[in-house]
Amino acid sequence: MIEKADQIFVLLAHWVASFLPVWLQPIVLVLLGVVAIIVTFPALFAITVLMERKGLGRMQNRYGPNRVGPFGLFQPVADGIKSLTKEDIVPLSADAVVHFLAPVLLVVVVFMGYAVLPIGRNMTLVHMDAGLLFFFAIGASSELSVFMAGWSSRNKYSLLGAMRAVAQMISYEVPLLMSSVAVVMMTGSLSLGKIVDAQNQYTYGLPHWYIFTPWGFAGFILFAIAATAETNRSPFDLPEGESELVAGYFTEYSGFKFALFFLGEYVGMMGISGLGTTLFLGGYSAPLQVLGFVPSWLWFIAKVMLSMCVFIWVRGTLPRLRQDQLMNFAWKFVLPLTMLNLLVAGLWRFMGEGWLRWPVCSAILLGAYVLMARTGMSRERFGPRSYRYAE
Amino acid sequence: MSFVFYVLAALSVAGALAAVLLKNTVHCALAVTIAFAGIALLFLQLDAQFAGFAQILIYIGAVAILVVFAILLTRGSETPKGTVYSHFPLVGLLTAAAIFAVLGWAVLSSAPMLPNESAPPTVAVIDIGNALMGRYVLPLEIVALLLTAALIGAVIVAMHEKAGAQ
Repeated sequence: MIEKADQIFVLLAHWVASFLPVWLQPIVLVLLGVVAIIVTFPALFAITVLMERKGLGRMQNRYGPNRVGPFGLFQPVADGIKSLTKEDIVPLSADAVVHFLAPVLLVVVVFMGYAVLPIGRNMTLVHMDAGLLFFFAIGASSELSVFMAGWSSRNKYSLLGAMRAVAQMISYEVPLLMSSVAVVMMTGSLSLGKIVDAQNQYTYGLPHWYIFTPWGFAGFILFAIAATAETNRSPFDLPEGESELVAGYFTEYSGFKFALFFLGEYVGMMGISGLGTTLFLGGYSAPLQVLGFVPSWLWFIAKVMLSMCVFIWVRGTLPRLRQDQLMNFAWKFVLPLTMLNLLVAGLWRFMGEGWLRWPVCSAILLGAYVLMARTGMSRERFGPRSYRYAE
Repeated sequence: MSFVFYVLAALSVAGALAAVLLKNTVHCALAVTIAFAGIALLFLQLDAQFAGFAQILIYIGAVAILVVFAILLTRGSETPKGTVYSHFPLVGLLTAAAIFAVLGWAVLSSAPMLPNESAPPTVAVIDIGNALMGRYVLPLEIVALLLTAALIGAVIVAMHEKAGAQ
């Protein structure tokens, strides 16, 4: 029964395929997987948007959407219909072909990343030996779509937003890749399935997730920072800074093309959350051995949605960074720490099984963090805080 | 030579031709990206996953973006009014023909040197990693040194400009 619930989608797909001739079956199985991904994640996107609007409303002492349906639950449907019926405006001086291709490329690229993510046990669409590399290669292509959108609009705000976005994505791609390299070093494989298998073990009922090791914890935090910047989320949402750039690179997009950008951004966030889950949070494995009866795909979705909640929480909490702060943070703080984390991961590997590696590795990382933060802050000059009140 | 190969080859060649023939420089940069993607897909079709993904990651993710940045920062993105073609097509043609001849000769003459394998070799990423860290560690280190030197050089160039402005 537990096994059935875990494998329900796999069994369902095979059941559907069994009605078809044998030569057609592999193709149909792949197509079913693609359809499942294209249906599931936009549905989660709708839930996330509602959650974000409600959650941000709660954090900002306002109601959030509450008109459409009970508690405003049908707000995503209303938003979807609205964006579908809106006029699609293309600026007269815009480069029409590139302007059209940019959102399409973004959505295609973002969905392709899901092909290698192990969403549940036996639920990976494509088993790739170099799955992690595939995800990053595909993610790098989304920068091009951002640039295409910004350049083809022939709008100074769009172009500035695109330049900011691309500069930021390139800068944070380095720590993003380097923080995942530590996981690859420990697992000895670029295959995401093998990375999950390595974490899907239990000692005394507790999981072997990489986040529960010193290097894994540091790696996860660095990965999360880089992922937030990579997806242009607050506090790194300078490319969309509405006080300076209207809406950044998609200023000139309206109607369904805007909706595609919106979708691409959120599905991309879920994709990178899925990757973080796979690398550090044990993928589809249960957090405790006794909870193993819950289907594996449910754990994956739950972890991804939890990451989305953290994204929303961070957005509601932190103010936007300045451009120089953003770059200094990437190159002078995050990157050195990821490099150190690589060394610590190597140390962890070669110190053997004893308990000694725990204090040593933790002390190195913690010491480096405190030292770098202190020296970095000592250069900043903060005067006493001054308050001005309305008369 | 399968059907997929011909589609991908046509895509790469079309992208490369568009990169040369289009007028707008940004369009050229985007067209060259299509050619890069076609070559990456050709690698993937040959089951060379690592080479294919590295091609996408480096050429599309970094080189194409760098080209585009360079075009935008040097104000070359406006479409030129007059012709963009060279005034000396013969020189270009000769150079291209010479390079093509050398490459073609190298490819054709290297074919008999290769071991004649009946089955396609299965190379996992881990083998490539082992080779890079074992047999080819010296070239790897030299490349790393070169890139570090280039990085430091870039930083120094940028710093010098800033000091002069103040």
